[in-house]
Amino acid sequence: MGQPQDPRGNLVRPYAVTRGRTEPRRDIPIEAVLVASQAGLQEARFAGHDKYRIAVLCEAKAQSLAELSALSRLPLGVARVLVADMVADGLLSLHSAAPKTGFTERMDLLERVLGGLRKL
Amino acid sequence: MDFASSERAGAQPKEITSAKIVVAGGFGVGKTTLVGAVSEIEPLTTEAVMTSAGQGIDDASKVPGKGTTTVAMDFGRITMADDLILYLFGTPGQTRFWFMWDELIRGAVGAAVLVDTRRIADAFAPLDYFENRHLPYLVALNCFDGAPRYEPDEVREALAIPPHVPLIMCDARHRESVKQVLVGVVEHAMATLVAEQSGGYPAPVG
Repeated sequence: MGQPQDPRGNLVRPYAVTRGRTEPRRDIPIEAVLVASQAGLQEARFAGHDKYRIAVLCEAKAQSLAELSALSRLPLGVARVLVADMVADGLLSLHSAAPKTGFTERMDLLERVLGGLRKL
Repeated sequence: MDFASSERAGAQPKEITSAKIVVAGGFGVGKTTLVGAVSEIEPLTTEAVMTSAGQGIDDASKVPGKGTTTVAMDFGRITMADDLILYLFGTPGQTRFWFMWDELIRGAVGAAVLVDTRRIADAFAPLDYFENRHLPYLVALNCFDGAPRYEPDEVREALAIPPHVPLIMCDARHRESVKQVLVGVVEHAMATLVAEQSGGYPAPVG
């Protein structure tokens, strides 16, 4: 391991909070959205500080993996490992993780996004 | 414990769809300004830390000579409906972080390459990147005050932008202008999708 480049403590030894694990249990796109139910939030109380903080964020409002990383000041790779654990353990539900591949499916999404942009 | 009193507990679970548009360009070209002009949140920053223990995006072997490096990406959010969120991701400015761009464009609707007309040469690397990626993209000329103004055709020629790639002028500080850039990206993505469908092109990555 080289010397940490970032003076902030929570980026020093970033994978300490995952106990050294760097591989997530499943791949989660950066924009995939996570939601915590009330039951998930209650259970997350016993899952450790970082996971509980993530659950609190996801119970208030649906949040992407990118937002969870930014708001909890965890590097993306670390947040991905924790979030993948929480999905596997039923603490969070994962939305929009599968890429849209069919023509109709993709065109429908583009049309909805276009409509949303025009309404801004 | 009584959860029924919570307003949120009564909400029906509904599949939420998220989409993303990538905003690329050289360092300091105004990517975060553009994102901030339309985002409902102050742009946030997510950091990828590459360590020698990591894999994939956290792979330090792709940045020789460094044990730990931090790559920052700024992004914004537009909640379009209770089941639809659009995210806007700015690419890291440094071109040595191409592998991070690969992660960002995976599954993206499309991209806008922002070009500063005062430093056109900075756009070569991002444009090269998209030319080889099969992701619909357009070029947006960010017109800063006092910047040398070129005709779009001059810029297209100078940067060798292919004819099928739209080129538009914008002001990254102005919401309405940025909205038009994003509308342009989505319209171009739709046109590309239709062309692929009728022409039998290979499916894009993601």
